[in-house]
Amino acid sequence: MSHHDDYVQAPGKLITPVTVVLALLVAFAFAVAGYRFVTSIGAVSNLNDGYPWGVWLAYDVSIGTAFACGGYALAIICYILNGWKYHPMIRSAVVASMFGYALAGTSVIIDIGRYWNVYNFFVPSQWQPNSIMFEVALCVMAYTCILIIEFLPAVLEKLATFKDGFFKSMALFVAPKLDKVLIFIIALGMTLPTMHQSSLGSLFIITGYKLHPLWQTNFLPLLFVSNALLMGLSIVQFEVGLSSAGFKRPYEYEALEIARFIPFVGAFWLAIRVISLVVGGKIGYLFTSGFHSAMFWIETALIVIPIVMFATKLTPRKAFFMAMMLCFGGGLYRMNVYLVGFNPGDEWNPYFPSVVEFMLTYGFIALEVLAYIILSRLLKLLPKAHAAGAH
Amino acid sequence: MLDASLFGADFSRRDFMKAITAVTAVMGLPATMIPKVAAAAESDNRPPVIWLHFQECTGCSESLLRSSHPGLGNLLLDVINLEYHETLMVGSGEQAEKALHDAIVAHKGKYILVCEGAVPLAENGIYCQVGGTKAVDSLRVAADGAFAVISMGTCASLGGVQAAAPNPTGAVSVSSLVEDRPLINLPGCPPSPYNLIATILYFLTMGKLPEMDAENRPLFAYGRRIHEHCERRPHFDAGRFAKDFGDEGHALGYCLYELGCKGPATYANCSTLRFNDNVAWPVSIGHPCVGCTERLVFNTSIFDKVDIIDPTSPAWFPPTKVTPSGKPVSAISALGVGAIAGAALGFAAGKGSTLPKE
Repeated sequence: MSHHDDYVQAPGKLITPVTVVLALLVAFAFAVAGYRFVTSIGAVSNLNDGYPWGVWLAYDVSIGTAFACGGYALAIICYILNGWKYHPMIRSAVVASMFGYALAGTSVIIDIGRYWNVYNFFVPSQWQPNSIMFEVALCVMAYTCILIIEFLPAVLEKLATFKDGFFKSMALFVAPKLDKVLIFIIALGMTLPTMHQSSLGSLFIITGYKLHPLWQTNFLPLLFVSNALLMGLSIVQFEVGLSSAGFKRPYEYEALEIARFIPFVGAFWLAIRVISLVVGGKIGYLFTSGFHSAMFWIETALIVIPIVMFATKLTPRKAFFMAMMLCFGGGLYRMNVYLVGFNPGDEWNPYFPSVVEFMLTYGFIALEVLAYIILSRLLKLLPKAHAAGAH
Repeated sequence: MLDASLFGADFSRRDFMKAITAVTAVMGLPATMIPKVAAAAESDNRPPVIWLHFQECTGCSESLLRSSHPGLGNLLLDVINLEYHETLMVGSGEQAEKALHDAIVAHKGKYILVCEGAVPLAENGIYCQVGGTKAVDSLRVAADGAFAVISMGTCASLGGVQAAAPNPTGAVSVSSLVEDRPLINLPGCPPSPYNLIATILYFLTMGKLPEMDAENRPLFAYGRRIHEHCERRPHFDAGRFAKDFGDEGHALGYCLYELGCKGPATYANCSTLRFNDNVAWPVSIGHPCVGCTERLVFNTSIFDKVDIIDPTSPAWFPPTKVTPSGKPVSAISALGVGAIAGAALGFAAGKGSTLPKE
């Protein structure tokens, strides 16, 4: 949109100790991914036929895309709830979302055993439209494209500042046209996460009894989509806090206003969670399932405490730490559904990720952070600083 | 020689060995053990057995009487020395009471006490008395002198229908009252008689109690779930369920899980051993398993679907776990992986604590 003056580049050099460490992690992950492709998935991971989905799908896809819902949450606030004054924060959120989703897709390709068949996904005659997994894959791919388009204005702005030549004339030609159609892209971009985030939950309805009763419920799609919104809102808090502290910029106090949505979304999620347990007759499992009951209570505490704290008076520091806790709680909920509560049968147990699986996931996280830092320093992504309380 | 003299002329050595072979199989012992089991059954060292009835329906005794393998009913009476059994013995009144008392004194520390039924504790246990003695008292006296106590049936093992809410008599299981004596639970409503015979013969043959699970149930009979051995299991795995009694799926013999079958949560050998001379069992005649060997029976509706907590493959599938799966996680690599995550979190937390407090 045409609020170009709202954004600035982050200060600082591209090569710093932090970016170097991140780059090393990324390089290691790429080496690991390369090793996986020349050997096999069994050579690097602890996956088996009972656990075809390990930490790569549980973290990179399920939790990673929920972290990447910052763009989704902000888009809802800006465009549906008409919170236009929060719009300056959206670019950085979209960048984080873009990398979250793109890496989720990449992770799936690494995780697929017969990755050479993946081209079939682009052949409509090979589609199986009744499949939940197909819906997730299509939505994730489409949403990644949409995030890239949403991010394009920042790139075009940069290209327009180049000296005369092809890039500048192209940028000047494309930018106004993109500006006109962008609102439709954004509308589509708000539909897609709603669809596939709920499908990420539906995927585990169809695992039936393999998922522990504490998590197995027909409310899973609703729980996952509201959990995505909750995690999207908290990752915005986390991002604003970390970029303010990391780039040594003044804190964006609008973020604290956005945080007031968290108790409402959180209460909604909790209500559905409680209803699903009561209606399903699962209350007995809250205390009787040993390890699983403990995981349930840790997850619930990590979500309830920050939700309550967000309803009280907020300071930037408090919002940052509570958001961190909520990210953990929301992430743990997804981890519990995808791995902890999932039991395909004793002959496949136990599954615990190998070091290589961890390193690849770490590398992906490092890549997201690294890309965020580099792009913020190259392009105008961050909201322009202004005196606190000036708005 | 028990095999000829006590079973009569028409019970041949061949019939005897057939019965012993069957019982050896129930215990899960190899065929090489058959001679030892036969020797144990033939010996004159018949263990004295005292059988007490509390709050029960005598279904467990009825089940025992109907064990119709050739001679197994007889075998029980001849392999063991049944000193006292209210339903089976001829004596009554004071004569019977005296028999019980004499048996406890004569075989002190050597007899096996088999209990059937739950014990009421409400209002000092007045709800079940035999000859003016309360159930809880006769149990205490009999258990004190026993070598081992076998709880026969669900009521004695787990409390059963008597202990179900609202439990007006305050009934509890025999097992919960017996301390400092070896205890074996054989739950089931009724339990298979062969599980009792096999338990006693196991003891006679091996000189020790069989291996048991956390509920004190012998693993040879209660080591696997109904669901792992069920003839309808392929229908479950294929997603073919009877949805209603008498519907098409029911007529075609589909899985009864959706009608409330508790097989996936019930440890028992009904599906392999069966009842009525190894012919039928509830699931084979179209009724869902009610889970009578588990605590859920009488506490859950027969028609409620049970949650499957630890899914297991059918027992006839080949094992998939050849070696411990996965690459070993060494302490150093675990430390490294944890350190990276911890460092990242510490970094974020450190940055966060520089944020303004206002």
